[in-house]
Amino acid sequence: MEHYNMKLTLKVWKQKNSNTPGNFETYHVSDISSEMSFLEMFDVLNEQLITEGKDPIAFDHDCREGICGMCSMYINGRAHGPWTKNTVCQLHMRAFKDGETIVVEPWRAAAFPVIKDLMVDRSAFDRIIQAGGFISVNTGNAVDANSLPVDKKDADTAFDAAACIGCGACVAACKNSSAMLFVSAKVSQLALLPQGQPERETRVLNMVTQMDKEGFGNCTNTYACEAECPKGISVANIARMNREYLKAGLKSEAK
Amino acid sequence: MTWKHYFTSSIGRKLIMGLTGLFLITFLIVHCSINSMIFFNDGGETFNHWAHFMGTNVIIHIMEIGLFAGLILHIVQGYMLTAQNKKARPISYQVNKANENSKWYSRSMGLLGTLLLLFLILHIYHFWTPSRLGGIANIRPLEETTLLTYNNQQALNLYAEMKLVFENNLWVVIVYILGVISLAWHLMHGFQSAFQSLGINHKRYTPIIKNVGVAFSIIVPLIFALMPLAFYLGWIN
Repeated sequence: MEHYNMKLTLKVWKQKNSNTPGNFETYHVSDISSEMSFLEMFDVLNEQLITEGKDPIAFDHDCREGICGMCSMYINGRAHGPWTKNTVCQLHMRAFKDGETIVVEPWRAAAFPVIKDLMVDRSAFDRIIQAGGFISVNTGNAVDANSLPVDKKDADTAFDAAACIGCGACVAACKNSSAMLFVSAKVSQLALLPQGQPERETRVLNMVTQMDKEGFGNCTNTYACEAECPKGISVANIARMNREYLKAGLKSEAK
Repeated sequence: MTWKHYFTSSIGRKLIMGLTGLFLITFLIVHCSINSMIFFNDGGETFNHWAHFMGTNVIIHIMEIGLFAGLILHIVQGYMLTAQNKKARPISYQVNKANENSKWYSRSMGLLGTLLLLFLILHIYHFWTPSRLGGIANIRPLEETTLLTYNNQQALNLYAEMKLVFENNLWVVIVYILGVISLAWHLMHGFQSAFQSLGINHKRYTPIIKNVGVAFSIIVPLIFALMPLAFYLGWIN
């Protein structure tokens, strides 16, 4: 890949806190290497802003290896930028041309309030996990590995669902801000494995109830979530969650 | 989990949209099959025979009530979901390249549904009310036509009515064709979407469902579109 430097115009969402309305600010950066990651480009810009005595741009990042799911940025109209199955730290500047204008916004969803600039509060996901995304394990010694046989196909499907990093790109890309792909990945991962069976029914009912409470929208099967998911989580998980929920709800004894 | 909670949850609402959607699809099959009888080009004899059966049979009448109930449920639920979904994103994106991750018609079900609803109101007013309620409420058809007599009962000659309406009103022909185009796109998303909402997504069967859905969304609206066209262009008499 040929190396080149570029000048860029950035239109970035600036917002003081969740109670103040935000607006776009325009910044200019130069000498940006095509080999930098998008976050490194932001580091350069922030250094520049600090030197100038200006407020740097607040953005979330942690691992910078594409697995933490912190980088809640909507770049040029796409969750995590123009590349598919990608996070912002893995988005390299060679995705952009010299002189380009890049618009960067935080995830837009009522359930993900902006904390500052490009940082959003994704604790709604934590509360959904707390509602049922767990299994019961006895204390004491760890059981032997492979003491519970699992069908290879189920193990693989569960593993694919477990690849979800909870980044919220599905919510961001969905026109309804629906969290169905995230919740369905968590429900599927545990419903497919023997360890997840004791709470199988209460789990799906409680997690969906919590999801609805958090103010996410409803799924209309546009499948934008699957297209934008950095881990390629399949919408087949949503169908599985629908099945699990509809079945568990029908069996409920409440009147 | 109470019934109320079950049916008002996000997945419960999807269930209702999916079930009523599939129910309305079965109605389309019946409606399209019976109306296709006009293509026999026998002066409407076969068509009127079946139209009379549909208009007088008790079981069909009961199903008709179910059809209206399903239709209303689908519409009301659709608008409620649209309102909820709008609320879930109070600030929209400045730049949003939605075309790169989803189809425009999948994102426009509310708009397509609204166009369909407007068409349906006109369509029901044109044909259903004068033929079913004409005797009760003295609702006149768009074009005055002859009456047929079956078992000493008078009924609107629906074939003659169709012929007169479509032959003499170009705007009706155009509106109907626009109506079925909206139907085609609505089905293009809705057909496969209904199965996903009911929890059916399978490596072997989903590709079949999707292909059948595309075929259905093209063939059925096309047959419907040919009906006003055939009358207007004089292909059938």
